[in-house]
Amino acid sequence: MNLMNVDYTTKIPNNVNLAEDRQVLKALEGWHPGYLDWWNDMGPDGFQESLVYLRTAISVDPKGWAKFDYVKMPEYRWGVLLAPQDENRLVNFGQHKGEKAWQEVPGEYRAMLRRLVVIQGDTEPASVEQQRHLGKTAPSLYDMRNLFQVNVEEGRHLWAMVYLLQKYFGRDGREEADDLLRRRSGDEDAPRMLGAFNEATPDWLSFFMFTFFTDRDGKMQLESLAQSGFDPLSRTTRFMLTEEAHHMFVGETGVGRVLQRTCDAMKAAGIEDPNEIEKIRALGVIDLPTIQKKMNLHYSLSLDLFGSEVSTNAANFYNAGLKGRFQETKIEDDHRLTNDTYPVAKLVNGKITMVDEPALTALNMRLRDDYTQDCAKGVERWNKIIEKTGVNFRLELPHTAFHRDIGEFKDIHATPKGIIVGDAEWAKVKDGYLPSKADGDFIESLMQPVSEPGKFAGWIAAPKVGIDNKPGDFEYVMIAA
Amino acid sequence: MNAPLKKQHLIDPEICIRCNTCEETCPIDAVTHDNNNYVVDAEICNYCMDCISPCPTGAIDNWRVVAKPYSLEDQYSWSDLPAQEELETGDAAGSSIEALEDEVGALLEEARKGLGGKAVAPHSASKPTVNLYNRGKPAKATVTGNFRLTHADADSDVRHIILDFGDQPFSVLEGQSIGIVAPGTDANGKPHLVRLYSIASSRDGERPNTNNLALTVKREPNGVCSNYLCDLPRGATVEVTGPFGATFLHPNDPAANVIMICTGTGSAPFRAFTERRRRAMPDAPGRLLLFFGARRPEELPYFGPLQKVPEKLLGKHFCYSRVPGQPRVYVQDRIRSEAATVSALLKDANTHIYICGLKGMETGVDEAFADVCRGASTEWTALKAAMRETGRYHVETY
Repeated sequence: MNLMNVDYTTKIPNNVNLAEDRQVLKALEGWHPGYLDWWNDMGPDGFQESLVYLRTAISVDPKGWAKFDYVKMPEYRWGVLLAPQDENRLVNFGQHKGEKAWQEVPGEYRAMLRRLVVIQGDTEPASVEQQRHLGKTAPSLYDMRNLFQVNVEEGRHLWAMVYLLQKYFGRDGREEADDLLRRRSGDEDAPRMLGAFNEATPDWLSFFMFTFFTDRDGKMQLESLAQSGFDPLSRTTRFMLTEEAHHMFVGETGVGRVLQRTCDAMKAAGIEDPNEIEKIRALGVIDLPTIQKKMNLHYSLSLDLFGSEVSTNAANFYNAGLKGRFQETKIEDDHRLTNDTYPVAKLVNGKITMVDEPALTALNMRLRDDYTQDCAKGVERWNKIIEKTGVNFRLELPHTAFHRDIGEFKDIHATPKGIIVGDAEWAKVKDGYLPSKADGDFIESLMQPVSEPGKFAGWIAAPKVGIDNKPGDFEYVMIAA
Repeated sequence: MNAPLKKQHLIDPEICIRCNTCEETCPIDAVTHDNNNYVVDAEICNYCMDCISPCPTGAIDNWRVVAKPYSLEDQYSWSDLPAQEELETGDAAGSSIEALEDEVGALLEEARKGLGGKAVAPHSASKPTVNLYNRGKPAKATVTGNFRLTHADADSDVRHIILDFGDQPFSVLEGQSIGIVAPGTDANGKPHLVRLYSIASSRDGERPNTNNLALTVKREPNGVCSNYLCDLPRGATVEVTGPFGATFLHPNDPAANVIMICTGTGSAPFRAFTERRRRAMPDAPGRLLLFFGARRPEELPYFGPLQKVPEKLLGKHFCYSRVPGQPRVYVQDRIRSEAATVSALLKDANTHIYICGLKGMETGVDEAFADVCRGASTEWTALKAAMRETGRYHVETY
């Protein structure tokens, strides 16, 4: 069988020779109806019958790895696709560095690995659940299509994790796979595992911020899992990263287009001061300070996803060769970190202080720093959009101590500049830093759907390039198909 | 002579989101980045196009024709793409990239050798599209016709093959070629080499507004690709690359005189030229003049249909070298015997010459033009160079 091309002869498209792996095929086919039930219950609300111009992975070979066509979402071919295997791949870090990469789960790491896969897997359906109502207020068919593309690819990422659970973790794995369909984002009794994935995504600006900030956490996690000595996990996450890039794109250009529209409208109306919020809102666009507040919220929620700054779990994952650092193989050091230190921001005597910690236990902090750098580059590109229009305003990432629920700073309040304030002071200034109820209401009032091909809601600019090079008036979603 | 122009692959920094997918995908590490931009190293990129489809933004699909490629440092410093610079050779410069694939570029370079200098497109030619499809991403065409053009008792089997592209965009201009790679592998287990075939139909298809094109293919003994094509049944699927070629193009100026000299399947582009004239500008003041060489009428492709083309649209000179009982006539002989007409045309700055066919004809034709010029007290070498530089002299021989 040709492992570069997807096998459509079985019910589940795959390039892992499922046809000859009867046991796993059976398990996946057994899981499939539950998945479809979940998709129909919790997937995009109101558009399951629409024809959406979607990209489907048909091969992991770059020359044909994605194909565009109209498809009804429940009929999307979710498959199991792994990047091609490199026979000579080694474990590249930790105490097993230099050994041949593992094709089976090493017995002693079974529980750790399963946990890693389950945590990653749990985030995938969660975001679909969070975003299920957004189709109804899409600012254009182009955006609606991008939302659904993100949704079906999150669905495929769930499949990817479920494949690993069922293939390599036996009965436990099958039970975990079922549980991934049982938990629900924001559910009182069975919430999703990580906090940010239980927050609502109430509007499209939140969606763009979520795909920029929270999906970027996903990118960082996938990148470190792609370093894994457990080769099937590495291969599956490497292919997921190519799809994750689309999500980054939706977030970055989405926010960028909102900024563009706001600045253009301000200029056209002759408004120079970005803080003339009421005047700017009267133009039907989202004022820049509110965008900054949304950014503060989503960035800080996403930082929590990296866990505690100092973590023995992270050290164990690394030592065992299961989860590496961001772009591990491009870093020049011994890749064992036994004697190294890494500066960690901590709360010492009520002050935010950098403290050298053993590099192994500081891995979460390090990944978070890489994440912050990655975010900052995107924010800089947003600032360029603002700058080009001539509006005098800069977006800034808040301090990592701002608005945290996990880690060193969870018990204090800090301003976006990193100044620690007391509870009373915080209550007074909070609405200046985070979206208030009134801000939310205003944004919600703008969320009126636009479904005419080539038209966009008044609060967002048109994109510079179409998807798949399609012209501006392309009908990306045939709603009533 | 100026350095040859190059088509440079660039990434639009304004659209790019720095997701690293292209760098990850590139099989030869031509893509790299700094803190600012993702960039393509012009010295490494071989136009394999692997990075194009995985790019989520479309930023990757940008090209500039350059005399000197932008360095990595240039590219790192950009916040948006520079405009296509005006090159010295004027607007023809942008169209002088014949193909993006080295393999095809080398074939075309070989075919243009008889020019004796840099190929330049006619000023009034439409802007061609090149390399819409490549080996990695070929178009899939369906054979909708495959007819023998030569007489049943002729030695040669020359065929008219119609390929339909369905809903795939495949825009061509008269004079361009397409690439065909026969399926399977050679004796060494390598894929077969690409073969180029001139398009024998007009830009709007075999009939107006069809998305198809015609080829004129001669079955070569032991020719892998020609036998593959000649044997294709109707309904068969063929993988096609291209279109290729950006200089050997039909001039759009109705005042252009076009002298076409060919042998055998070299007639393909001239069938396209003639069809273009007939459809788009039937009353054009410019003249079309064809010198067509073959062994016998039975072996002259399109002999029958050509008889029906009115002399007013196309002046025809058939030259037969193997008709029993008759003296051998080659195209160069006819050019000489038509010296009066030819020399008058050569004096006209609207006259274009196109030569297409076997390499063996080049010398004879060149000498014939030299003789015609001498008779009219002009100098062919200088005239040829001037015509070439102004996009009025074209050679495609093999």
